[in-house]
Amino acid sequence: MDLALAPETLARWQFGITTVYHFLFVPLTISLAALTAGLQTAWVRTEKEKYLRATKFWGKLFLINIAMGVVTGIVQEFQFGMNWSDYSRFVGDIFGAPLAFEALIAFFFESTFIGLWIFGWDKLPKKIHLACIWMVSIGTVLSAYFILAANSWMQHPVGYKINEATGRAELTDFWAVLTQNTALTQFFHTITAAFLVGGAFMVGISAFHLARKRHVPVMRSSLRLGLVVLIIAGMGTAISGDLLGKVMFKQQPMKMAAAEALWDGEAPAPFSVFAYGDVEKGHNKVAIEIPGLLSFLANDDFSSFVPGINDVNKAEQEKFGPGDYRPNIPVAYWGFRWMIGFGMASLGIGVLGLWLTRKKFLLPPGLRTGDDEVPHLVLFRTALSPKLTRWYWIVALWTMGFPLIANSWGWIFTEMGRQPWVVYGVLRTRDAVSPSVSQAEVLTSMIVFTLLYAVLAVIEVRLLVKYVKAGPPELTEADLNPPKRIGGDDAHADRPMAFSY
Amino acid sequence: MELHDVWFVLIAVLWIGYFFLEGFDFGVGVLTKLLARDRTEKRVLINTIGPVWDGNEVWLLTAGGATFAAFPEWYATLFSGFYLPLLLILVCLIIRGVAFEYRAKRPEDQWQTNWERAIFWTSLIPAFLWGVAFANIVRGVKIDQNKEYVGTLLDLLNVYSVLGGLVTLTLFTFHGAVFTSLKTVGEIRDRSRALATRLGVVTAVLALVFLIWTQVSRGDATSLVAMAVAVLALVAALGCNLAGREGWSFALSGVTIAAAVAMLFLTLFPNVMPSSLDAAWNLTVTNASSSPYTLKIMTWCAAIATPLVLLYQGWTYWVFRKRIGTQHIAEAAH
Repeated sequence: MDLALAPETLARWQFGITTVYHFLFVPLTISLAALTAGLQTAWVRTEKEKYLRATKFWGKLFLINIAMGVVTGIVQEFQFGMNWSDYSRFVGDIFGAPLAFEALIAFFFESTFIGLWIFGWDKLPKKIHLACIWMVSIGTVLSAYFILAANSWMQHPVGYKINEATGRAELTDFWAVLTQNTALTQFFHTITAAFLVGGAFMVGISAFHLARKRHVPVMRSSLRLGLVVLIIAGMGTAISGDLLGKVMFKQQPMKMAAAEALWDGEAPAPFSVFAYGDVEKGHNKVAIEIPGLLSFLANDDFSSFVPGINDVNKAEQEKFGPGDYRPNIPVAYWGFRWMIGFGMASLGIGVLGLWLTRKKFLLPPGLRTGDDEVPHLVLFRTALSPKLTRWYWIVALWTMGFPLIANSWGWIFTEMGRQPWVVYGVLRTRDAVSPSVSQAEVLTSMIVFTLLYAVLAVIEVRLLVKYVKAGPPELTEADLNPPKRIGGDDAHADRPMAFSY
Repeated sequence: MELHDVWFVLIAVLWIGYFFLEGFDFGVGVLTKLLARDRTEKRVLINTIGPVWDGNEVWLLTAGGATFAAFPEWYATLFSGFYLPLLLILVCLIIRGVAFEYRAKRPEDQWQTNWERAIFWTSLIPAFLWGVAFANIVRGVKIDQNKEYVGTLLDLLNVYSVLGGLVTLTLFTFHGAVFTSLKTVGEIRDRSRALATRLGVVTAVLALVFLIWTQVSRGDATSLVAMAVAVLALVAALGCNLAGREGWSFALSGVTIAAAVAMLFLTLFPNVMPSSLDAAWNLTVTNASSSPYTLKIMTWCAAIATPLVLLYQGWTYWVFRKRIGTQHIAEAAH
């Protein structure tokens, strides 16, 4: 079989490229919306200028990012129909509903209130303006929930029956689709992972400025907020990841066996740290393992049996007929490790950072710093040397990328680990592709999207860098005197807009 | 009226909402080239839609999502069948959104000029292509017994569909000019009204030919009523524009769009995508729809969410009700 020419191969590549790319912007949008809203709340409550400057600074980066998230999201709404028409016909009854809910409830929320927030600085009273960014934040979270409920149904279909007459899946219990444990744990995991991205983003950029002793009051607060978010989110991803793993061991044993390159079931089953194997023969040549840990991850004990790839493959052949039911094992195995590795590395760097920059009672009196000073990095009783301090700031800056790598691999792992199924146990990926779309058409769109996205990535990153380097803006008279009336105060009818495109 | 009929109406309403709202912001995008004399005027125009274009675009996403949920077969056939034109629309919408957001974020002249060009073309192309797409849906395309589109790209380009594209392009640009004369102040407002008159006349001629063609070949009594409303509203919009009644003119150009889209949907019903090969292979509200259970859930969702959406989107327009002139455009701080 020539894989490159299988009808679904190009469509899968295109879906992978456009979706992984889209998801670089999504988690940052979700987390920065909430963090910006939090900072603006701090400004409204305390009236401390540093919080308003922080709101404007992070808000601007948030807007540069969400623009990309929004436009790449448009493709997502249509490409099921474009490239996966048989999938759409088969599951539209079920899968379409959360998508429509997402648009009708979440997208309208997000995009209407983002407009109000961007242009509303001199049009809305302070508290109403603040409410707008919270609405945006709620919109992003709702959006995540609906789309994850839809994805969870592909991982673990519930609340449906197959209509023999039409040959289509039909919804029987929408509540089950929205509240099944796959959806809830996946939502928990994805949201915490999103905040891991936002926390690391704040830590990295704050570290960049603090290392240069610039914009200290704003960056000091931002660093602290970023570190706390990074740690809470990091622990959240670990807990939710464990829960999701246990769900997956039950619902998709093949995915988890592949994640561990566990060829044959074992009791107790070990966790693989490193493995190199032969996929054709179905065994590992080299394996470094921690005994019993996989049993714990699957079943909460250190002795139980965990089925292997070969066992599950045989079981699925008996259930679904002859065929190869194994996903791409190296991708699943390494994807799983990159996800955990980069995610937990972010957490580790966050914990280290929070300890190094601790305040008050935990710190010897001579090393305590004021709000407008760069904090000393203190390991035990003395500050780190300038060289080590610099190194921490550099590592913190690089950490910005880690959760993004973890998020991407997490999705690649969970989607590729489900193969050859698009809806697990119900519809194969090869039966989901659009029969009327030619290879040439898919190739065209794939090249167009890839080139367009590459150009936009360069533009976006350079713009982010420009605004990161510029730092928080100076506040103007208008910033400090928001209007009292909706629509803006009449006294300033001819004043230039506070923000204009 | 069964639920799938209700959803046929709701899908029509979503497209009407989309073309009413994004219609004028496509129009404003086109006008950045036709109307604005310098960069400040371009920015005046862009900022009339600045706070709202994103919310307007969600009507499209919702139309897409609702079609997926309520008529999966329609969603599947339409978007896989019109693959390359849809790709072009998506590429335009991607660039367009980024262009609005990024244009003013760098001071370099070349940077801003590039994004301004992008705004013009990415507003013009979809405004044209949506008309082509809808004319083809109404005209019927090659759909086989498996509900698959079996035509080619060239089949989608015919006199009727190109005329449909020109109608949406001119109608949206007219709608946009009426909108900018309502939303701007100063000299640009007068020029906007003058241009609206000329655009309105061109639109009226093209639309009349297209709508009569549609009525004669596929219409019935109900579509005739919709057509009459569209034509009368367009003439009245032109009259109000001449009389300087900008608010009325905008409302009436909106009615024109709504009635014209309604007419297309009325000629379709009960089909959603007729086959030009064999009427037995038409996609209809019955053979393309979801199960009654899904439609029931969707109906509840729409019944609760849609009024709320209208309420807070309407509120946005109220918040940004003031006219914008060149004096409101600050030298951008970078």
